[in-house]
Amino acid sequence: MTGAMGARGVVFLGSPAFPDAARTALADDRLRANLRRATTTIRDKRLAATGELDDWEELRAAGEAIKRHTLRHLPYYLERLEESVTAAGGTVHWAADAAEANRIVTELIRATGATEILKIKSMATQEIGLNEALADAGVTACETDLAELIVQLGEDRPSHILVPAIHRNRGEIRDLFAAEMGHWGRPAPEGLTDEPAALAEAARLHLREKFLRAEVAVSGANFACADTGTVAVVESEGNGRMCLTLPETLITVMGIEKVLPAFTDLEVFLQLLPRSSTGERMNPYTSLWTGTTPGDGPSAFHLVLLDNGRTDTLADEVGRQALHCIRCSACLNVCPVYERTGGHAYGSVYPGPIGAVLTPQLVGVEHASSLPFASTLCGACYDACPVRINIPEVLTHLRAKAVEAKAGHRRLPTLEALAMKGATAVLVSPARLGLAQRAASLGGRLLSRRGRIGRLPGPFRGWSDTRDTPAPPAESFRAWWRANRAGGQR
Amino acid sequence: MSTRDTILGRARAALGDVPPAERPEEAPIPRGYRRSHADVPLVELFAERVADYRATVTVAPEHQAARTVGRLLADRGLTRAVVPDGFPDAWLPGGTFTRLGDAPPRTPAELDGIGAVLSTCAVAIAVTGTIVLDAGPGQGRRALTLLPDYHLCVVRAEQIAGDVPEAIALLDPTRPLTFVSGPSATSDIELDRVEGVHGPRTLDVIILTSTEEA
Repeated sequence: MTGAMGARGVVFLGSPAFPDAARTALADDRLRANLRRATTTIRDKRLAATGELDDWEELRAAGEAIKRHTLRHLPYYLERLEESVTAAGGTVHWAADAAEANRIVTELIRATGATEILKIKSMATQEIGLNEALADAGVTACETDLAELIVQLGEDRPSHILVPAIHRNRGEIRDLFAAEMGHWGRPAPEGLTDEPAALAEAARLHLREKFLRAEVAVSGANFACADTGTVAVVESEGNGRMCLTLPETLITVMGIEKVLPAFTDLEVFLQLLPRSSTGERMNPYTSLWTGTTPGDGPSAFHLVLLDNGRTDTLADEVGRQALHCIRCSACLNVCPVYERTGGHAYGSVYPGPIGAVLTPQLVGVEHASSLPFASTLCGACYDACPVRINIPEVLTHLRAKAVEAKAGHRRLPTLEALAMKGATAVLVSPARLGLAQRAASLGGRLLSRRGRIGRLPGPFRGWSDTRDTPAPPAESFRAWWRANRAGGQR
Repeated sequence: MSTRDTILGRARAALGDVPPAERPEEAPIPRGYRRSHADVPLVELFAERVADYRATVTVAPEHQAARTVGRLLADRGLTRAVVPDGFPDAWLPGGTFTRLGDAPPRTPAELDGIGAVLSTCAVAIAVTGTIVLDAGPGQGRRALTLLPDYHLCVVRAEQIAGDVPEAIALLDPTRPLTFVSGPSATSDIELDRVEGVHGPRTLDVIILTSTEEA
């Protein structure tokens, strides 16, 4: 169930729009139970891990500033990275879109003569649909991350950035391993139970023989340092280390926004990423390599720099910040919408709040026009983001663009477009938000009956037909805080 | 035009709003974060944080290194291990222990079959309970500390840095670097952490304090 891929991949073509997909997902009780259990666990762990550092906000600010600065000078840092990687013995390739990246990787693999390659979990190769392109070229790509293996064996789609099989519970995984592993290599042990430790052991045995004979591996990259040419992969299981160390040829596909100015900038991101992602002080394994090292690891290293819509995203001064993303998935885990619908409803390899702002920008807002609306704008994602992407701001900005795209040739903006523009203007200014809240409080109380606002006349009718709106409180939280707590502080 | 020039050209065109006076490498990055969060003695903190990952930690004075290594191996029923070049002879146990080298380089299958490796490290990080390997003396090429199912790492107390920024400053980026924080693990099944997947499933760490301190 891979779906046809356009030139840019990213979205699963043929997926229903978010509202329809969400309705189906919400009716799936087992999915909702799996998601609730998993996201609750990880939320608590993340809060504990980030709460340990009393300078967490300073780290976030530094992470944001480094990413912002790098993007503003992206051509400079990409050229430096190319220079450093080449000097260290690597080869750099440039790919404008998914099709070109797939072609480059396919040719590199063909040149080695390998017909089976190993993969480290990577969002970039997921985005370009590499496994499908390789299959068409007669090359079998074996996923080695446990969750990706679960997705691959089930001919399923990933539903989470970090834990792609979060929608599956242990019983489902046991059944899948027992039924499918034998088709790909070593079968699951007899009498496999649904204990996570037993399932991990089955994956270890299944993949071990593949690691030992691997000739080519394909990875993504978490970071790449322009000054030294050092590339980083952050992981837990050791499948990454196997793929980065044992094969003769290593091919890394990396979005151009992953570059960092300096090796020393890792001091910020190696604190931000594991604590935000798995809620650990440090993930079990991080591998850093610079070109090739004689006698240690691959003798050939290829770095494929991927655009695939990133320069279009860069051109939008508001939307550009989505490229700060370090793929930690904290925003998914705190999102009330994601927790209820799961990742498949987003129809993209990038689900959740970050997906709702990244996907429409990578593929063009007209191809994912329902995603900017797949949010309540509660702001939990912004608070959780380790690089301070203001996701609600980008969402409202993209909503206006989606509505504009829909209006197309109309001469006058639609009311919806005006409302979204107005919302952006109000939400970016604390003073304006305060005024709007006071006005809403007065107006809302005039219209409400027993605390609820029912059907409204005129242009609001379409909205209010299917929704009751709670009347705004007499006083906003911000106003209450100023009156009761602020006490002269800012 | 090459794809490289196309991408760089698109990126330049996308950044028309960046004033020409704003230069790369001169960014005012706010670095108000701490260099270290360590607030107790580093040996104590490192030992506690490594143990949190369910690795075992033993603190011993340097003159008891060989005896401590021997005891840990015996506890696991191990009588042989890969020992990379540069691992101090004085830290190796006597008796029935067999030291296996890596010259000529062993195949992955051989290393897989050996099952145990001893190593030193380049740097350790107290706050995160991390050991950093850089393929230097006593560590060997990366496969040696990856394929055997048991890894015993000996850390000298003075190699322990407080936190990530201090450790990064000590590392040589031209070397292959591996940060190891506990045994391999996964949270891919219901976000429930399980120790032991593809990397060594057992990690024992010895912290050697200088003999005068002990």
